[in-house]
Amino acid sequence: MFSHGSESLIKQAREIQESELQKFYSRLVKLLQAKEHSHETVDSLQRLHLILSATKYARTLPPELHKRVLSLLSSPSEQLQVLGSAVLRETLPLSGQELNYNQENVSQLNSHAAALLLSQARSTADLSSLCAQLLRGLESRQSDGSAHPLTHTLPVLNTVLTHRPECLTEDHVTLLSKKLVDWLRYASITQGGCASSGGFFTGPRSRQPVPTAELDGTVSGDFFTVLCVGQSFTDDQWMNVYSFSMLRHWLLTYHSVSNGNATADTANRLQLSLSLSHSHSFSNDDRSEVDGSVVSMVSATSSSSRLLPPKERLREKAFQYCQRLIEQSDRKAHKKADADLQKACLVEAVCILDCVCVEDASLVFRTFPCIKALFGEMAAVDCECVWRLVFARFPSELFNDQFLAHELLRFLQLNLESLQLRVPQYIRSFPNLLKLLAWDSPALMDDFVDLLPSLVTAGTAVELLHTLLDLPCLSATLVLQHRSASLPIAESSARGLLSLDAFRSPSFRGLFLFLLRGEAGSGDTIDRLNTLHELLAEAADWPRVVQCSQSVPVLLHIFFNTVITIADEKLFAHLILVMLERSSLLLNIPKYITETHRVFSCHLLKFCKLHPSLVVDQSHELLEFAGATANVYSKEEIYTHVVWVLGEYLSVSCDSRCSVKLITSCFEALEAVLFEITSSAPPPGAVCPAPRVVTTLMSALAKLASRSHDLIPRVSLFLSKLRTVTRGGSVAWCSDEDDLVAIVTRGEELWSLLKSPGVAQSVLTPPQHVMTPRWHRDTNVATPLQLRALTNLTQSQ
Amino acid sequence: MVRCFLIHTVCPLAALGPGDSRILYCRVFGPDEAERHRQLSPEEARALQKEKTAVVARQVRCSVSLSREASGRLLVEAVPGEEALALQEADSGVVRLRAGDPFTEETSALWLGVQSLGFTLVCEPHENLLLAEGTLRNLTRHCLEHLHMLGQGSEVLLRSNRIDALLSRLLPHGQLLFLNHRFAQSLEKEVAAYMAK
Repeated sequence: MFSHGSESLIKQAREIQESELQKFYSRLVKLLQAKEHSHETVDSLQRLHLILSATKYARTLPPELHKRVLSLLSSPSEQLQVLGSAVLRETLPLSGQELNYNQENVSQLNSHAAALLLSQARSTADLSSLCAQLLRGLESRQSDGSAHPLTHTLPVLNTVLTHRPECLTEDHVTLLSKKLVDWLRYASITQGGCASSGGFFTGPRSRQPVPTAELDGTVSGDFFTVLCVGQSFTDDQWMNVYSFSMLRHWLLTYHSVSNGNATADTANRLQLSLSLSHSHSFSNDDRSEVDGSVVSMVSATSSSSRLLPPKERLREKAFQYCQRLIEQSDRKAHKKADADLQKACLVEAVCILDCVCVEDASLVFRTFPCIKALFGEMAAVDCECVWRLVFARFPSELFNDQFLAHELLRFLQLNLESLQLRVPQYIRSFPNLLKLLAWDSPALMDDFVDLLPSLVTAGTAVELLHTLLDLPCLSATLVLQHRSASLPIAESSARGLLSLDAFRSPSFRGLFLFLLRGEAGSGDTIDRLNTLHELLAEAADWPRVVQCSQSVPVLLHIFFNTVITIADEKLFAHLILVMLERSSLLLNIPKYITETHRVFSCHLLKFCKLHPSLVVDQSHELLEFAGATANVYSKEEIYTHVVWVLGEYLSVSCDSRCSVKLITSCFEALEAVLFEITSSAPPPGAVCPAPRVVTTLMSALAKLASRSHDLIPRVSLFLSKLRTVTRGGSVAWCSDEDDLVAIVTRGEELWSLLKSPGVAQSVLTPPQHVMTPRWHRDTNVATPLQLRALTNLTQSQ
Repeated sequence: MVRCFLIHTVCPLAALGPGDSRILYCRVFGPDEAERHRQLSPEEARALQKEKTAVVARQVRCSVSLSREASGRLLVEAVPGEEALALQEADSGVVRLRAGDPFTEETSALWLGVQSLGFTLVCEPHENLLLAEGTLRNLTRHCLEHLHMLGQGSEVLLRSNRIDALLSRLLPHGQLLFLNHRFAQSLEKEVAAYMAK
């Protein structure tokens, strides 16, 4: 599709020489001067456009050429209008050039000229005058033969609204409100003037007005809407389409929303229905079949609104229009394109009803019948079942519908505060919500980065942590679920998909069902995680699973950063245990395990810094972890940090429960490991421990010894032995000479430090006030003060 | 309101870096919002706009390749004449573009990946995504057919006025339209008449 030819075209356009360009300009001027415009003119203009748009550096056309191109905007040939507009949009306007040529002849402001004006409008004043001209054009309503003379007016106005709503004055708004009412509610209900010329017998008699039809073929019984069809359409029917297309935006811009809690509820409720109607699979099955002969009751039941001011009248008519659309959406359209349009209209109608109800709460009562018809009685009255749909059914059944996921997550973000306050299901449903992320991490990562903090509560934190750690497994499970539905049973074993077999086997059902659960609260995790990981081993290189695993570390960071603000010591302790336990219980995706360990280490440190007594509290588990030599090789990062926190915080100054016995048993455990890793080569398959592990162990031992002085001789002995052994040259447990030197140097430092126990104690176990310097707070030594003084001194010269 | 419509590459290109995308067609609707907040000269404003659309193209390119990787589907080359098939096989998705990255407000970029090209519609957050998706598919279908995009040609670059004309009917000034099949047919007839010139 994209060829080498295209690439070289772009290159040529970018690298065109100035002289060649000038020649091209002059040739083009000559072509444009001719009376007739040929294919060559069109081609040359197209090339000019390519040259101008190929680079981001703007060019100015020579004035003569610029003028000629400008005049193309009022050419009778649309192709030339299009090209003129396109070329001028890519170039800078001539200085002082005012695009006011069209003030003389408003009806000549075609769509392409308007596009140019819009893109080059610099100030609100420019846009205001454009709007004024367009509205004047609407008022005079000249039809001069072209098919839809004024249909681009509304889109242009809508664009202006988006960027500068203040461009329309109060009068303009009133005028347009009236016009919109006319087009929306009072467009012709007969088909447009028949384009097909009759035969020999065409005469006034045979040209009877034919009414428009509904999408299922029946004759329309009520006012015209976008869901009505005909052979051809009248001008005001076209305007009906354009008006409805911009209606919601208009209402949002000019009808201010009043603040009030009562209306907020309704707004939320109705916004939900957006997600309901969005779901493709729910739309047709759940709705009742409507007989084609149902007469629309909308206009029959509405009250007269002639006495309302324009804005309110528009609101009322918008309301009626939407009610009619909702009725019309129930009809069985003959064409698929129309069926799709019905869904889109349904969504739009409900959103507009939302807008108008927020503005005028008395309309809520009148929406009741529609909402009841669409979603059933319960939904209209009570939020519960709607929330159940949103949090339970959608994510679990439609996790792979990316548009639904996108809208649902945006809805959650917009209403986060209300959800947290008033909808308990929200937080409990995180297993379901995370399914969306597990399926499509790259697309939804940003959304979850925003939402995750709101899902972290003290009650669910542990389960949430387990769930996050098992996201890759969830991802694999969803893939299996998806495949299971499409592959016949016999085929899978032939292709050797062990995981698929496991997924379908009853003995492992429980494992997968736990992952696929919809609500939190039934248990933090399962016992047989190991088994699950083995079953899913082959999923470790499935792209979806790998993408998911890349998103987990970031989420973990967010989780821990949030939990640290709400946890109490008990929760911290529990989380540390989870970290230690899960460090060996992760799906075996190489980078995933390393990254997760890194996150754990970082936050273990933070927790312990915040609550040093945690170390004494959890000393048993931490010691068990630190005493297992295998951990040095398989979980180096975490191991290092565990040893560090033990060395740092296992002291009486951190927690008075710290006994000499505890210090000694910790010492002995670490000593044993240190002996082991420095006396032999690493086990087969493992690499040499990083120097950091060894030095951390040594430092930890030294710190512990400084608190219980009878341990000092043992450390010193070890350190001197170490020095002796390493003098002999290389060792089996350290491959790099520089590393060895660093280790030995640290050993010597510690050894000399420990020669004076008192000094060792104050260095290795410093009292609190040394650890929390107040340099920036103490005005006498504050760095900013010093810097200011220095600056003043140097600048005064 | 649609902010812009882009046609850009979503396949690796020798001339560009790995994540980069070449924009073949770009149409931005409406006045430039950047100007409101800063006093930029027209040249700077234009350069900024080009850079913003380049950012969008890159983000979509990234999403397309990740999505294709995850779904594991093989790309089948369709030949001219198989436009409907190519469209049916196309990947689709939506990317959330955060406020400031690159547009001042948050936007959503809907995309359709047809083999080596991506068709992207950047919409405002409150836009009707169902309608936008339908419009995007329709636009893509017309582009594929009228510009013979399944072949080797470079018509996108040399016939961009056709896309402009198409947009002026189906997406006038960025306005999404609720068109039933009869309205659509009427507009498509006009488009076809234009293309025939």
